[in-house]
Amino acid sequence: RDERITMAHGAGGKASRALVEGLVVPLLANPALELLSDAGLVTVGGARLAVSTDAFVVRPIRFPGGSIGELAVNGTVNDLAVSGARPLALSAALVLEEGLAADVLEAEITAMAAAATAADVPVVTGDTKVVERGKCDSMYVVTTGVGLVDEGVALSPGRVRPGDKVLVSGTVGDHGIAIMLARGDLDIEADVRSDTQPLWSLAAALMAAAGDGLHCMRDATRGGVATVLNEIALGAEVGIVLEESRVPVRPEVVGAGEILGIDPLYVANEGKLVAFVAPEHADAALAAARALPSGRDAAIVGEVREEPPGRVLGRTAFGGHRLIDMLVGDPLPRIC
Amino acid sequence: MCLAIPGQLVEFLPGNADQLALVDVVGVKRKINIGLMDDVKLEIGDYVLIHVGFAMSKVDEKEAAEALSMLELMGQAFTDELQAVAESSIE
Amino acid sequence: MRFVDEFRDPELAEVLGRQITSLCEPGRHYKIMEVCGGHTHTIYRYGVQDHLPENIELVHGPGCPVCVIPMGRVDDGIAIAERDGVILTCFGDMMRVPGGRGSFLEANARGADIRMVYSPLDALRIARDNPDREVVFYAIGFETTAPSTALTILRAAKEGIENFSVFCSHVTIIPAIKAILDSPDLRLDAFIGPGHVSTVIGCRPYEWIPRDFGMPLVCAGFEPLDLLQSVYMIMKQFSEGRAEVENQYSRVVAYDGNPVALRVLADVFALRPFFEWRGLGSIAHSALQLSPRYAQYDAELRYELPGVRVADPKACQCGEVLKGVLKPWECKVFGTACTPETPIGTCMVSSEGACAAYYNYGQYAKQRLNLEVLR
Repeated sequence: RDERITMAHGAGGKASRALVEGLVVPLLANPALELLSDAGLVTVGGARLAVSTDAFVVRPIRFPGGSIGELAVNGTVNDLAVSGARPLALSAALVLEEGLAADVLEAEITAMAAAATAADVPVVTGDTKVVERGKCDSMYVVTTGVGLVDEGVALSPGRVRPGDKVLVSGTVGDHGIAIMLARGDLDIEADVRSDTQPLWSLAAALMAAAGDGLHCMRDATRGGVATVLNEIALGAEVGIVLEESRVPVRPEVVGAGEILGIDPLYVANEGKLVAFVAPEHADAALAAARALPSGRDAAIVGEVREEPPGRVLGRTAFGGHRLIDMLVGDPLPRIC
Repeated sequence: MCLAIPGQLVEFLPGNADQLALVDVVGVKRKINIGLMDDVKLEIGDYVLIHVGFAMSKVDEKEAAEALSMLELMGQAFTDELQAVAESSIE
Repeated sequence: MRFVDEFRDPELAEVLGRQITSLCEPGRHYKIMEVCGGHTHTIYRYGVQDHLPENIELVHGPGCPVCVIPMGRVDDGIAIAERDGVILTCFGDMMRVPGGRGSFLEANARGADIRMVYSPLDALRIARDNPDREVVFYAIGFETTAPSTALTILRAAKEGIENFSVFCSHVTIIPAIKAILDSPDLRLDAFIGPGHVSTVIGCRPYEWIPRDFGMPLVCAGFEPLDLLQSVYMIMKQFSEGRAEVENQYSRVVAYDGNPVALRVLADVFALRPFFEWRGLGSIAHSALQLSPRYAQYDAELRYELPGVRVADPKACQCGEVLKGVLKPWECKVFGTACTPETPIGTCMVSSEGACAAYYNYGQYAKQRLNLEVLR
């Protein structure tokens, strides 16, 4: 047990997992929570409702490719989408720093409205609080979403089987690198933009194309694709083999990764999902994804195996093998 | 023990006692200090090795090409050899 | 990426792997130490071991600047950071290294202001932008990184920036190799020599190794093909009965190094009489401190520090692992008390460290059969 919260606990890696599994879940113990999926499922009069919530504390609040308002809507919409739930409504709670310029706030609410319209889901309720100057960085947003899981949709790590193909919906690492560069303290410029976008239409297309063959989907946000694969490998007690050369990565993200010594597989995305599809449905799912703008760079990047259980193995572009473990905290630039 | 990568010199920048230059690594641009290469004639388009924001040395394109061709030759020799073995049959 | 992708070609790797195997004397076991942490990282990142025959064993050396920092110096860094008005800056690798009182990350959680920088020049910029704060750069790294710290100090002097100082833990590689070779319980056959350190010091400073110990040393680049080609060159030396220093990384390393960098090092730094290396003990003339000419930039003079020597946890055997005497999984606490989430020794903290690499990948390399499922 760590004595205090550190930055690592917020990074989506092992430290975050230990915090959630070691402290939060035992205290709030209930079956829906224990699944630890992107959204919690509740049954209301025969209908299955998915509920998801996310806090957004990104700094800077505006960055190439998006801003905190847009991110807050898409983030929760995507958590619902990968749980197979059609987003019905959102709530948005704002924490504003005393002294925040009104036009900055207006720009973020406008961005939220535009994202909600693009995702075709209304923001039906919300809350606003103000904290003293310096107690928060400009503004934070917490969004909660409710979605309806259609009949016959059954997505969970438990359904992942050896032989399933691993599909990634597009280039990895765009968001995390865009934020790192936007912070400016690394003095690096590159045309890297956040990939924040709603994924409901993509998720729906995958469900339609693969039907029951679609076993599980996950939103590859903090910790990147590598963390999602590790969570599924552990959750389903299967092995996953990743063909690294097939993972789509933009050249600029490769370049920034090489300079900073960061592996794009571990970098956050805000508009990418990972899907686990039965082999016979994989081609149909891939074609369905590539037909949409949000999936045009989609690729089959690996396969589920029996061995080694709970582990993710990478077949490197160089022909050797390496183990792709979950990071403890954020991927930090390194010198050696 | 020291992560360093090759980048292409794109522009010499004023200021900083003209020890500053802009390099490009696969579309990513960064200002770097070239103070450790005072004694080397650097031109735009040259490749330099970058470590923690400093150019450490100039990448010798001839040496790189030689090292690669030696490897490819080895590769070719090996595939010729394999082919020879495959074609030869001893009755 | 030019000069990178060409040296990651899998077909050439297959060919090199077979050539290396053909040079192996049957029944002979080869122990080759790759001194530099960067090489260790490449070996695991690209699975280079899979291209080598079983009887060639790559042993990890002490060349990771994070792994060798003793816990006491991490505590000194935290002591500086906890003084009010101080901003401590360091490379990302240092943030999670455990000192006697936790890591820099945990110090931040207690209210210290420790920021990660990509370059020492970024630390100087923070000092320029915050004239009312005292900015300290926690300098680590071998001869590759030390010249950049030196130039940063010269720039601070030229611009008259007073609120900037350096806590110097730069180390040098030759004394560490000597300490390894002097340790009785070690049997090595050859070295894969450092790559980027050699861009600064050249290859000449390694010549005593083949001369006095009869061991080949090949300075290698950091792409997987560079490493395989270096192993090939070592095996060629064995097969021809030679023992020499060779330079595989000739596209970047000049045999006599970088004269400007060497001049800057000599001007700004002086050798420390001795320095304690985590796990290797105290080694004479193995680290740098600021020369008296630049005393006003020396954080060790500017702040009085606990300077407490914190013994490594008794159970920690990083020293033996760093010297290649013990395999990581032979250490008593490997994988039990010492894991990536709860690192005791620095070999487990740094992604370069042998233990972190073995904890992740090593378990499967040992059960080669297990991997057959992947062929």
